[in-house]
Amino acid sequence: MAEKVGVYICHCGSNIGGVVDCPEVAKWARENLEDVVVSRDYKFMCSALGQDLIKDDIAKEGLTRVVVGACSPHLHEKTFRNASKAGGLNPYLMQMTNLREHVSWVTADKAAATGKSKSLISGAVHRVVHQEALAPMPVPVNDHTLVVGAGIAGIQAALEIADAGYHVYLLEREPSIGGHMAKFDKTFPTLDCSACILAPKMSDIDQHENIELLTYSELESLSGYVGNFKANIRKRPRMVVEPDCTGCGLCIEKCPKRVVDTEFEAGIGYRKAIYRPFPQAVPKIPVIDVENCTYFVRGKCKACEKFCPTGAVDFKQVEEVREVDVGNVILATGWKPFDARRVSQYGYGRMANVFTSLEFERMCNSAGPTDGKIVMRDGVTEPKSVAIVHCVGSRDENYNPYCSGVCCMAALKFGHLVLEKTDAEVTSFYIDLRTNQKGYEEFYARLLDEGMNFVRGKVAEITDAARYPGEEGKIILQAEDTLLGRQRRHPVDMVILMGALEPRDDSKELGIKVGVSCSMDGWFTERHPKLDPVATMTDGIFVAGSCQGPKDIPASVAQGAAAAARVVGMINRKSVMVEPVVASINDEKCSGCRICNTLCPYGAITFDVQKSLSGIETALCKGCGTCVSGCPANAISGAHFSNAQIEAELDGILFEIQQGAATGEGAPLAEKGGRHE
Amino acid sequence: MSDISALSTEPSFLDEVIDATSGGDRLRSCLQCGTCGGSCPNGSDMDHTPRALFALIAAGEREEVLSADAPWFCVSCYACTVRCPRKIPITDLMYTLKRIAAREHFAKKQDAVALAENFNRFILRYGRSFEFGIASRFYLTRKLGSIFSLGPLGIRMMRHGRLSLTPSKIENLAQLHAILDKARELGGES
Amino acid sequence: MTFAYYPGCSLEASSEAYDISARAVCERLGIELQEIPDWNCCGATEASALGYLSGHALVARNLALVDKSLKDVVAPCASCFLNLKKTDKLMKEDRKIGGKLAEALEAGGLAYEPGSLRIRHLLEVVHRDIGHDRIQQAVVRPLTGLRIAPYYGCQVVRPVGDSGDADDPEQPQAMDELFSWLGATVVDYPVKAHCCGGHMTQISTEMSNELLRRLLYTADEHQADIIVCACPMCQLNLDAYQGKVNNAFNTAFDVPILFFSQLLGLALGIEADALGFGKEIIDSKDVLAAKLDQEETAETPSAPRRTRRVSRSLPMPKKD
Repeated sequence: MAEKVGVYICHCGSNIGGVVDCPEVAKWARENLEDVVVSRDYKFMCSALGQDLIKDDIAKEGLTRVVVGACSPHLHEKTFRNASKAGGLNPYLMQMTNLREHVSWVTADKAAATGKSKSLISGAVHRVVHQEALAPMPVPVNDHTLVVGAGIAGIQAALEIADAGYHVYLLEREPSIGGHMAKFDKTFPTLDCSACILAPKMSDIDQHENIELLTYSELESLSGYVGNFKANIRKRPRMVVEPDCTGCGLCIEKCPKRVVDTEFEAGIGYRKAIYRPFPQAVPKIPVIDVENCTYFVRGKCKACEKFCPTGAVDFKQVEEVREVDVGNVILATGWKPFDARRVSQYGYGRMANVFTSLEFERMCNSAGPTDGKIVMRDGVTEPKSVAIVHCVGSRDENYNPYCSGVCCMAALKFGHLVLEKTDAEVTSFYIDLRTNQKGYEEFYARLLDEGMNFVRGKVAEITDAARYPGEEGKIILQAEDTLLGRQRRHPVDMVILMGALEPRDDSKELGIKVGVSCSMDGWFTERHPKLDPVATMTDGIFVAGSCQGPKDIPASVAQGAAAAARVVGMINRKSVMVEPVVASINDEKCSGCRICNTLCPYGAITFDVQKSLSGIETALCKGCGTCVSGCPANAISGAHFSNAQIEAELDGILFEIQQGAATGEGAPLAEKGGRHE
Repeated sequence: MSDISALSTEPSFLDEVIDATSGGDRLRSCLQCGTCGGSCPNGSDMDHTPRALFALIAAGEREEVLSADAPWFCVSCYACTVRCPRKIPITDLMYTLKRIAAREHFAKKQDAVALAENFNRFILRYGRSFEFGIASRFYLTRKLGSIFSLGPLGIRMMRHGRLSLTPSKIENLAQLHAILDKARELGGES
Repeated sequence: MTFAYYPGCSLEASSEAYDISARAVCERLGIELQEIPDWNCCGATEASALGYLSGHALVARNLALVDKSLKDVVAPCASCFLNLKKTDKLMKEDRKIGGKLAEALEAGGLAYEPGSLRIRHLLEVVHRDIGHDRIQQAVVRPLTGLRIAPYYGCQVVRPVGDSGDADDPEQPQAMDELFSWLGATVVDYPVKAHCCGGHMTQISTEMSNELLRRLLYTADEHQADIIVCACPMCQLNLDAYQGKVNNAFNTAFDVPILFFSQLLGLALGIEADALGFGKEIIDSKDVLAAKLDQEETAETPSAPRRTRRVSRSLPMPKKD
């Protein structure tokens, strides 16, 4: 029996209608294409009224297929599938074709646009009659969640999911949770003590019955699909037996090996070879740095083992590998600080009293290497003058083109700390002051009142080569004061460089492991920058915090909570529908050559050795079609993308051209050889 | 009277400067950070810093820019160019301003123009520069007063064998002229 | 190794010492130099001030005159090096301009394939191509005891530097490393890539005096015996105008300014007469005689005293 196809051409206001002659295309479709019983054009097909047209026609005209020519399926394929379903038609019997991004938005030539639209509609009509009814498959959602990264964003996400009653594996590479926030002194704009507001959340994590903390551990691999992931986790050996350790810290006290702490103390402080990153570390269990421990390097010492009252030190401890099953994954891996040595004209690493922002944070922190005193590199002398340099490695095509977003506020915060803790004068050298969140502009006004100085000029050079009297023994910043329009030299005792926030070195590698791509700058790509900032293009994998783009603490917390809400929503639904656009293997044709096994990018093809047959794991299959085209025996077909459907679509497109050539009218495609200028 | 380029349909002074400089379109992305002005070794002696000059160009202040001494104090050290966060070819833009200013006689009072003209005169005559010739002609025509203070230096240089009194001439001067004439023709230079 | 050699106008006249010493060290190090036949002036910073295409055409003729069998050209002069490199790059990257310059060359019966030559500065050839091992082997008379301030100036390191991975344009290291290989004491010289003012000595003595003063002052502060240059303009300015700086600022600078190839030549055992010594206005004979062939004392009296590490001092970032 012949199918009954309804064709709907959307004007999309003037987006399509302004270039494509929609009534003409609709008319042409009805008059020229077989099986088309209804053909309409309408201003906004995606509107409720537009959708009603489809629903009503299915009922009234008994439509068995629907074709919609409108915008990109990315936006409204779901809309029109649902409309068809509401009308009583299987959603996969609807085909949508793109007359906007593929036609009206790429040419101003109305004749060519109308001609191409006819081709595309013809292709869709020819195709849709070969389409089959399909049903999405429900897959269960595991109610456990993996959160990768235990900085503030990961901590927030973990707590919210755990509070909702679900189990969370909180994975952290460092020996303790807390991330960068644990290192800060005060936070802007409230000047809350960072550790004071973070520590309660950290102990909540520690005590929460629903959170399993996996610290000093890394994600080795992730496989599976939404609702059903398998994560392989490698737990590095602390060399301390956790149940036996009481956290007394005697091992740390007795350890004779002192090491520069480049991680937590940002390189301006020390720790021992056996250490806890900071006093409030969670967990409190110390860890041995095997690269610096005298025993591991030279076979001597073992003081920690000797003094441990519970015998918890175990030099033979090995790494553990563990597999966990989770339904969803949240990446909250954060950022890394810019290496300021790259900007050689600023002299970091060459001149002692040039500091990075993280070094200065540690200095101000009362638990830091200087007990919170602001002093020069000699550890003793208080500076009389301080300069703060904005945009080091940010907003700069030579390093990172983006703005790191938090440094202007952090610079103001540092200015405040200098004024509060010392008698020094402090000057900020900026290009713009980015103080655009709640309370931020007021914070800037406060610093102006407190007497902080501001020079609008990106620092050209920082040098110790004195030029004029008064500069000897000082560090001189040279910049153009752009508001005055002249060059200035400003001698100071100490310089703080506000370095950029950068993606972590292994973010690309992690992205590949879990199936999330990175932007050109290296941040994880969200599903939609405005409307879907915590989801990714891979269902079940979410991102939160700075790993998606540099941001401050309030935004990181908000994203952590948002990701948690998405995950809890998925868990509550208990199952998730997976698209039925999958491949299937015809057992009779399959010879067991296994070529498809290696082609599949998702590891979705299994092999039955006894029967010598390959088989598709439908839940893992994404319908990419690689195996379909790779099979030498043509034994694999892709649902919704069968050879018959694809060939019919091509015939449909060419039909319009052949037709136009025959009648000699309206076929610019043929004249131009099928190419648009 | 300034001409704000964004509102005008005529090519602006900004367009003119950009079109005359390879890679010049990067000037549109200048964020007026002041790195160039801060880096310039002669920055504190210029009437306008390089950055200020770019702001004036964008504002269409053609006469003020072409009369400025800043381009003539540019010594091609390229410190600005390597540091510019927008990778604007600043030194090359300074050369463009020099050329326009010289061509339209804005720079008559600039010694640097006279130096360049003298330099080029000798290149055309000999194919190579002639330090003694350039210097004497330059000082005699531009800075007569300096002759006295430079005299001792000149003599010292001569005594150390640093001053050649005879020029060095290339063989195929005709070839050089043919090339330069063609280049001037193709480049629309006077 | 064979290089096309582009001496440039200054090396024929005021900077003959550079040419003499360059040829001498190249011969000693096994670098064959073939002077580009009938080369013309590169235009320095003066030709481009008046003409765009003609300025580049001036340079292009030299590129076209290089023997087509040679792939490398070396220039000791920073300005010549930069101009050759800039014109070659422009011809390669800007098709329109490249086409016009090709047409101009054709008018003179010449042709040049942009990008077909590797354009080098003599300092980088010695530092990178000859390199540490061969230099150390060739050193006969180490410069022990001599404190040198390595002065690069601008155009050797900016904007493009040499081929491959260029030296840092702010704090370059090639001369520092070279001279440490020669046994000299390389002083800290943070202004090593600051501009000497170029032709400012002819435009404004007031401005040029100040620019030169800064360079001399910092070298003096770090007790340098010699300032070593890689550019004829730098050497001329610092050397010939040092007296004027002293007059203007009531200072008493008396530091000899030499080309790196001259001191390199001494270290390689070449006689001073064959290296253009004696041409410098501020005589170097006495300083060299006093400082060379002395035992470097464990604590040079003028070296800044290193303070004993106070236990409270904060660690510096590691250099990796």
